[in-house]
Amino acid sequence: MTGGLLATHGPVLPVVLPLLAGAVLVLLESARSPVLRRGVPWVSLAATLALLVLAVQLAVRAAGGEVQPYLLGNWPAPFGISLALDRLGALMVVLTALVACGALVYALGGDAVRGLHFHALFQFQLMGLNGAFLTADLFNLFVFFEVLLAASYGLLLHGRGAGQRERLQASVHYVIFNLAGSALFLIALGLVYGVAGTLNMADLAVRLATLPAGDTRLMQAAALLLLTVFAVKAALLPLYFWLPDTYAAASAPVGVLFAIMTKVGVYAVLRVTTLIFGTEVAAPFLSVLALATLALAAVGALAATHLRGLVAYLVVSSAGTLLLAAGLGTEGTLAAGLFYLVNSTLVAALWFLLADRIAAARGGSDLLQSRPLAGGWAPLGAVFFVAAVAVAGVPPLAGFMGKALLLQAAGLTPLAPWVVAGVLASSLAVMVALARAGSIIFWEPSRSPTAAAGGGTLAHPLAIVGLLGGVLCAALAAGPLADYTGAAARQLQQREGYLAAVLGARPAPAAWDLRKEMRERGDAK
Amino acid sequence: MLFLLTLGIGTLTGCGVWLLLRARSFDAILGLTLLSYAVNLFLFASGRPRVDAEPILEPGSVATLAGTTDPLPQALVLTAIVIAFAMTALLLAIALRARAGTGSDHVDSKEPR
Repeated sequence: MTGGLLATHGPVLPVVLPLLAGAVLVLLESARSPVLRRGVPWVSLAATLALLVLAVQLAVRAAGGEVQPYLLGNWPAPFGISLALDRLGALMVVLTALVACGALVYALGGDAVRGLHFHALFQFQLMGLNGAFLTADLFNLFVFFEVLLAASYGLLLHGRGAGQRERLQASVHYVIFNLAGSALFLIALGLVYGVAGTLNMADLAVRLATLPAGDTRLMQAAALLLLTVFAVKAALLPLYFWLPDTYAAASAPVGVLFAIMTKVGVYAVLRVTTLIFGTEVAAPFLSVLALATLALAAVGALAATHLRGLVAYLVVSSAGTLLLAAGLGTEGTLAAGLFYLVNSTLVAALWFLLADRIAAARGGSDLLQSRPLAGGWAPLGAVFFVAAVAVAGVPPLAGFMGKALLLQAAGLTPLAPWVVAGVLASSLAVMVALARAGSIIFWEPSRSPTAAAGGGTLAHPLAIVGLLGGVLCAALAAGPLADYTGAAARQLQQREGYLAAVLGARPAPAAWDLRKEMRERGDAK
Repeated sequence: MLFLLTLGIGTLTGCGVWLLLRARSFDAILGLTLLSYAVNLFLFASGRPRVDAEPILEPGSVATLAGTTDPLPQALVLTAIVIAFAMTALLLAIALRARAGTGSDHVDSKEPR
């Protein structure tokens, strides 16, 4: 990887790499030769590891504070599609790659062969995620949303045997709900284009300042429609009911990828509110709804009858905390929210894998009732304990630091008492729910003959230990991480840098100009 | 013409939402299709549709929207059509699978009691 390529084409590489890998994998998976088919997992793993290396290099570039624009097809800025790499986008891409590595390693332990085209769909999902994090164009954001959703529909159905019926039913709900969401997204985009005449985020931000007075209400309606669509993805209160069933039905590695899909919604809310519409457009209701989401997620976690259902409500709870940070909208809460986002994504991924391992050790059941537990409590119980501490926000792990930063920053806002009460109560409820689940699973195993432990491969513990290491690293490196998220929040608040970079991007001079050559030769009409 | 367009979008959206709210996969798919038609027309309308104007600049014509129509919404609609079409096909496949597996066309995979 040369610095030159990163400097000229950096922002588009995290989209192109999974796209090419996915295309190659489709061919390899349907190859006649068994030798080629055996190469599929290795190609997929190599592509995902390469994506991680690439993402880290991009983050190192973005950490300097410079926004790197990229003009697709060399079209000048507001007319073509632009990509832009800033600190927030780079952070999300790194996080996606990290979580994807964990999911893929786990899937190689047996889940990947339980259906067709797992690896290709996995790569296309990564392409959609990275594209959504890097694009600077609203319509392009819609397209990448559809790419990642299309791949997720396939991945959700992935798996064979147990739970197929639940997966099918959850898929019907999930696909219908998201298609309706896409229709709303397009209506919002039509409104935005009709009023402002542009869909480039930076150009839109500039034009909104000079919008005629009669059009501001229409634009506000478009902004709120967009936020509604993003709230569907991010699982905000009235729109999260699809999530627990869907996430509980997905197989473990797919659940890990889905853990970052709710973060796409949060990211999109952050991006459009800070860059385009201003945080005040969502201020009256976003924080209140996020608090209500926290409360209902706590109730859901306490009432869960399955471990996977409990994990799904943990995802809703973390999404509520993140949207709360986005809704409060000050630089401090945004920084705290981004810090919390890193930890909560890693730990949610860890939980999906852990829930699957626990279910396997209990003979395939994750029902929260007394069941025999194969292999003793020690290895799984220790990971359960650390993961519970990390997700509930108890010291000393990063979940606590994120929540503490959020409470500290929220102290300056009018909603402060509600935020403090809501976040602390949600932490307590999550802790109680996890303590209940843990004591049922590990302390009350029934004495009936122990079920045989599911096929023990090296991949499963490797993925879990890797993600656990990520969670612990987030706590150990809390200082540098908080510096980075603080800088990212500052960059979001001071949007001039982003606007200047995207709108000031100049097309690269062409190495050769075919049309000019034709004109000079006299071929053109 | 604008009146007809508006009426069409409104009717399609109304029918689409009504069908979508019936908890049957077939009705929901039809509803989503109607909704996507409405959305496509709406996107088309967002570019101020005009009669008798081309989205092409001829040599010598003035490069404003006075004599031409905006080509961008047409490109957006084209993308939206392709995506909606593919997604509908995918949803149809999933719904057929669910129907075959559970013997019910209800979106909850079982008949309401």
